[in-house]
Amino acid sequence: MSTSAVTVGATTPTVVTCGADMFADAVAGQAVDVERVDWRPPMPGTQDHLAAVATDPRRPEANRRAVQAMLGVTAHLVDVAPASEVLGLEKGQFLHAGPPIEWERTSGPLRGALMGGAALEGLVEDPEDAVALFESGSSVSLEPCHHRSAVGPMAGVVTPSMWMWVLEDRATGKRTYCSLNEGLGKVLRYGAYGPDVLTRLRWMGDVLGPLLQAAVRGTEEASDVTGILTQMLQMGDEAHNRNRAGTLMLLRDLSPAMVGTIEGGGFGSKDVADALRFVGGNDHFFLNLAMPACKLALDAGRDVPGSTMVVAMARNGTDFGIQVSGTGDQWFTGPAQVAEGLFLGDYGPDDANPDIGDSAITETAGIGGFAMATAPAIVRLVGGSVPDALATTQRMHEITLAENPRWSVPVLEFQGTPTGIDVTKVCRTGILPQINTGMAGAVAGVGQVGAGLVTPPAEIFPQALAALAQAVPGRSL
Amino acid sequence: MKDHVELRSGAYADSVTLLQVSRAVQAAPGVVAAQVAMATGLNLEVLTGMGFEVPASSPNDMVVALRLDDDADVATALAAVDAALVPTRPSSGDTTQAPPRTTGAALRHGGPGAVVLVSVPGASATVEAMDALEAGHDVMVFSDNVPVAEEVALKTYAATRGALVMGPDCGTALLDGVGLGFANAVRPGRIGLVAASGTGCQQLLTLLHHAGETLEGVGVRHALGVGGRDLSSAVGGLATREALRRLDADADVDLVVVVSKPPAPEVAEALAREAEALDTPVELGLLGRGQRDLTAVAEAVLARLGHEAPQWPVHGADNTGPATGPLLRGLFVGGTLCDESMLMAAEALGPIRSNIPLADDLALGEELIVDDHVMVDFGDDALTQGRAHPMIDPSLRNEQIARAAADPATGVILLDLVLGHGAEPDPAAHLAPAITAARSERAIPVIVSLVGTDLDPQGLAAQRDALVAAGAEVHLSNAAATRRALDLLSRTSSRSEGAHQ
Repeated sequence: MSTSAVTVGATTPTVVTCGADMFADAVAGQAVDVERVDWRPPMPGTQDHLAAVATDPRRPEANRRAVQAMLGVTAHLVDVAPASEVLGLEKGQFLHAGPPIEWERTSGPLRGALMGGAALEGLVEDPEDAVALFESGSSVSLEPCHHRSAVGPMAGVVTPSMWMWVLEDRATGKRTYCSLNEGLGKVLRYGAYGPDVLTRLRWMGDVLGPLLQAAVRGTEEASDVTGILTQMLQMGDEAHNRNRAGTLMLLRDLSPAMVGTIEGGGFGSKDVADALRFVGGNDHFFLNLAMPACKLALDAGRDVPGSTMVVAMARNGTDFGIQVSGTGDQWFTGPAQVAEGLFLGDYGPDDANPDIGDSAITETAGIGGFAMATAPAIVRLVGGSVPDALATTQRMHEITLAENPRWSVPVLEFQGTPTGIDVTKVCRTGILPQINTGMAGAVAGVGQVGAGLVTPPAEIFPQALAALAQAVPGRSL
Repeated sequence: MKDHVELRSGAYADSVTLLQVSRAVQAAPGVVAAQVAMATGLNLEVLTGMGFEVPASSPNDMVVALRLDDDADVATALAAVDAALVPTRPSSGDTTQAPPRTTGAALRHGGPGAVVLVSVPGASATVEAMDALEAGHDVMVFSDNVPVAEEVALKTYAATRGALVMGPDCGTALLDGVGLGFANAVRPGRIGLVAASGTGCQQLLTLLHHAGETLEGVGVRHALGVGGRDLSSAVGGLATREALRRLDADADVDLVVVVSKPPAPEVAEALAREAEALDTPVELGLLGRGQRDLTAVAEAVLARLGHEAPQWPVHGADNTGPATGPLLRGLFVGGTLCDESMLMAAEALGPIRSNIPLADDLALGEELIVDDHVMVDFGDDALTQGRAHPMIDPSLRNEQIARAAADPATGVILLDLVLGHGAEPDPAAHLAPAITAARSERAIPVIVSLVGTDLDPQGLAAQRDALVAAGAEVHLSNAAATRRALDLLSRTSSRSEGAHQ
């Protein structure tokens, strides 16, 4: 090297200061540009673990690998099929959202959804009778969706006869799954299980699922779900609480083949019309594709030793759990919080169940609440203003490892969405991931009571950090 | 109670807005329940559930449903609906960003050459410094109390990226004339310093600056701090090696000077070999028993540049009478200045008790003034835990000056005062009263090394004059100040009366 190897002054007149203001003042007093870090002490009790993980020689490369693997995935819609076929789910086996939980600790909406699911599968005649079935536990089992490469919104209950979207990463052949969206209001995923709910589910199983299967199989070019996500973010959806543009783009992809099933596919024109009306009238329909697309990407970032990237955030209505790339399948859990937000009708905060659902997989991947700035139509849930929404997305950059170049935010100069939550950054800043969510009624059978915003319980991040510190080679803590 | 339900055709607002409007109207006087919503199937269900009777409608109609107290006015309630439907906030376009909360966030869009200065508490410094290194930036870690294992980890990682870690516990750096931490304002030139010692670096900067007032071509381009432990066995000179590489590669540096607290012998040997191999000549100023003091190093640098050393300035010599007791009490804010004085004094006086002792059995406990020759470094990690560096907070040293003065065995008080960027705006204003008080009972000689330049923000002359007025004798050279103190002690007291009464 022949030029000056020390760079301040004329070449790059910038000093970043982190700590005492007097030193920043002293530098500024020398007519040098200073950027000040607004440093605050980390979450209590995390200092030693933070230092251990920061100096883990594997960490920088591990996080780069995890992020690259995540960003490298594209999800294509390749099939629609019953859970019994694609997940090997058998009668009596129930999947649910969030970390593992046993019947005794289940919340109202999860109970309601399990009861409805039991009736749907014919395990009981009346959903109310399912309580005894689950209490006995002899012929039924509960398992997180996440443990079978699936994700479920809200209660996330999946039973063998439910039809699932099948998404695939063409490069690796890996697949993820999610049920079909039922719409809003009194629906199974919000814990409602009345006759209307079951009637709709049966129609979805008898008509909608097979029709979509025929359409997907009959569509030459598999829908690029990641590509739709890219476009819908530019069209004002954040792909968690708002999926309107995504739903219509999916319909654009599938409707020709759906209509095509009338001839030769064995479907009547009324079936097709009902299906088109159902999908088009349900702004959340695409959510159930956004979620498994996010899971497919995040699963690629799993199991990188030394990586501090969060690969799943999920809630079962009782516990909020996260999984981290460097700590395998271990869940770190704390009590789920009740969302703050707006309520339907005369429901109020007392009616709401604590946070529930696997849908926070969207925030884990860098959309939903993290892409708040791109969805002006729903920013009022944040507290009322567009600047607040911009600030929310900007704030999430403080706790993430990367920007997603595919998912850009026009109003923020096309900056990529904040992507790859870093456990260490959450512990350092105390900034918690912002999650957009729906609110289920606390009582089984009620359904949706509102929508709003929630954060994970803070303590699960120091828990995960401690496990990461424990896993640093040569370090015993 | 009375219900009012009306349809507004052609009116549209998104569902979130309407939820908010509903909430606002619910809070209006006289309103028992309110629901403003588009007449979708779901919303009609909700309205019916609330007991409202909604006329036939299409999903494109807005339904305003109000339930009011019997004496409430419908018009007032509808006015509340209209008010809530009007957007209240003009679009401001304000995207002002909150300041970054981590070093990594600050560097996310930073220029490639930004230098990072970390001065958070030691337990959190490593994490911030790693952010800088990961982003490919050099970092100065002012923070002390950083575990040595973390220092090694930082510097080992930096070596893989060609980055420089200045510190931890690096008080001073000067990069292209920009001072970081505590740094004196000096004339630019073609000398490059590598310093495993903050105040040692400042002493050299100030001596060379003083010499340069009359000597052509004497000035400093860079001073790269590396932290006081860099030349220890544990760290093995990792940062010194990188700093030497940088300065050797810099075409504008003609002479490199390394200054350090006493290094580990094997590291010093390796350093000497590496220095030999560089294209740029290197002057090694490593403190230790039998080694040169810092002023002698400055003089050697001047000699290499073909100059004779000037007379180092002294002020207030008239103030100083004979020593008033047998013991020397040196109370320092600069660790290297303390080390230097201790090494010199030990040769003349024998064992010196210290919190940074030359041998383990000389260590001071919590009692900082004992019945012996004493040298205290108030900037040492143990004395800065939970409090600011003594260059910022002088209270602890001032207490000990008073205690030393009250002890009739005290013969001479030796002090330092360091100026420059980052230091107190008027440090003499705190030290001068302590000196005045010390000398109020007996005329104890107070010798001060004042490390500063005429370009420093505090003003060298004003600081010096204040100290002299308080009764101190003020030197620019710490070695000269120490020599003067030792001279006073040797002339006035016999060793037999000395340390152990």
